[in-house]
Amino acid sequence: MANALEAKSVTKIYKADIGTIKAVDGVSLSVASGEFVALVGPSGSGKTTMLAILAALLRPSDGSVMIDGAELSKMSEAQRARFRREKIGFTFQSNNLVPYLTALENVELMLRLNGKYDRAGRERARELLARLGLGERMNNLPRQLSGGQQQRVAIARALIHLPALVLADEPTAALDTERAHQVVKTFANLIHEQQRAGIMVTHDLRMTQYADRIIQMRDGKLLRVISDAAEIRAFAMSEGT
Amino acid sequence: MTTPFYLTLKEIWRNRGRFLLFSLVIALITVLVLFIAALADGLGNGNREYIEKLNGDLLVYKANVDLSIGASRLDRSQLRAVLRVPGVKDAGQASFSSVVLVQDNGNKFNVALIGVEPGKPGEPPVVVGRGLDARGAEAIIDRNVALRTGYTVGDSIRLKSIQGTREEFYTVQIVGVSDGRQYSLQPSVIVSHATFDRVRPGTPNVNTTDLVSNLIIVQLDEPANWKAMATVLENQVEGIQAVDRQTAYQNTPGYSAQQSTLDTQRFFSLLIGVLVIGGFFQIQTLQKVPQIGMLKAVGASNGLIAIAALTQIVLVTILGVSIGAAVTVLLSLTFPATVPIVFSPMAIVIGVASLMLVGPIGGLVSVRYALRVEPLTALGLAG
Repeated sequence: MANALEAKSVTKIYKADIGTIKAVDGVSLSVASGEFVALVGPSGSGKTTMLAILAALLRPSDGSVMIDGAELSKMSEAQRARFRREKIGFTFQSNNLVPYLTALENVELMLRLNGKYDRAGRERARELLARLGLGERMNNLPRQLSGGQQQRVAIARALIHLPALVLADEPTAALDTERAHQVVKTFANLIHEQQRAGIMVTHDLRMTQYADRIIQMRDGKLLRVISDAAEIRAFAMSEGT
Repeated sequence: MTTPFYLTLKEIWRNRGRFLLFSLVIALITVLVLFIAALADGLGNGNREYIEKLNGDLLVYKANVDLSIGASRLDRSQLRAVLRVPGVKDAGQASFSSVVLVQDNGNKFNVALIGVEPGKPGEPPVVVGRGLDARGAEAIIDRNVALRTGYTVGDSIRLKSIQGTREEFYTVQIVGVSDGRQYSLQPSVIVSHATFDRVRPGTPNVNTTDLVSNLIIVQLDEPANWKAMATVLENQVEGIQAVDRQTAYQNTPGYSAQQSTLDTQRFFSLLIGVLVIGGFFQIQTLQKVPQIGMLKAVGASNGLIAIAALTQIVLVTILGVSIGAAVTVLLSLTFPATVPIVFSPMAIVIGVASLMLVGPIGGLVSVRYALRVEPLTALGLAG
């Protein structure tokens, strides 16, 4: 499988009153198309900062990030914004959806932003929402949806424009256990089916059981990578009990 | 439909209660601004209408009276001297006083009594009837007197004035109706000088052989040359001061103070508009920071965010100003003719245009704030 994402020796240093803080310290990782990776670690481990760098939202102090063959460090802010809307799909912990757009309109928004709002795109949006169990809720506003339903709409929005990379930041933070499992399982299935590269940052290690690989960070550094299916299950189960 | 317009229209429609409520606030500010403008026009008009519409290019005062019409006195010899100056086409004397018009039903109100020379500059053209005759007890009433009394050509009006210490009544026949010719915020009754001298308040049994007036109204061969001609007149005729119509009405008592007061009110109304609209959109932007951050994170450009925000401000302002203008027009229809409010098309256009600018100006701060929201907000990393 070809690597959709390639990050090499990524470092992010913040200046603070007490000196400099290395939020990310020389992390290298790659994710292939059709692969779902869980990025885990305790608070302050640097996983969200790493996600922001991979999402072209933050420039690294050092190192390089290449997504779908494009080097992010050479891009201007405007180019990065364009790159995000074309090549990256997002789901966030909260405030995922535009509150005055319906579920369907929220998904279609990515098509509008990319100038691809056509009949085929609209049909794909409906199919995707139906596939996520929201066929009856397409015309509901976010406030009329549960937290799990909102996350599923966000997943549909993250995938509708066929991005190379899909990033999820704590997608289960506001969900109960049952809904959290539902959401992450669906997310992982769609990543596999649609052959996207997926990265999920989570503090809930039980959710890592749906990942193909677990990347664990601590103090800004890559602590370990778990690729073996049995080891992944064991890791997730041990944390879940 | 482009994405910024789409987002704007969706947001307004799905929050129509909130936006309608705010549009009503803008509508109220619009009503206030337009009414102040109309009041300024009405009061200004009431002060300057007769002078502004005069069929003369220069107004001649007695020198050293600070352009006070009441204090100015000019006699017939000065009129003749003015007429002898090359470049003067025609001239007529005009006098001003105030009397009470007593209607048949007993209603009374003050009118400006204006004495003119029939057929000379100073006599307004009539829209109904004919001009004055030098000898008859005749009057031209302006549109405002006609509207308030219902009198028209052929009717007689009774004028009351104080002669010495006694009230005296005079009857004059209406021979013509002119357009609006208010003077000193009063509707006007225009009479010949002979009638003026009989009717105006004063001391009885004082006979003057010479016609003394307050002003001489001068028509020029070349009206565009009024500035130079004013100097020529002042040099060639002793003891006079000549000014154009605008200078004349700007020096009527209280005119400038009144207009500057109303202009200040208008300015502050617009300023309040800027602050209210700015405040509303700023609060709204603060509430939308996470949403704006999310939109930027998924790739919405700053241009899209700015256009969407500006479009929203402009649409809400247009809605509010339109409602306000419509309400103002409807309200204006209910005002009696006695209320000094004039909705001139120019004042409405200026008022509406100012308010249309006020919206985007007020909202600029919120647009700037929206542009500064970092996409990292979506990940909780901003700041």
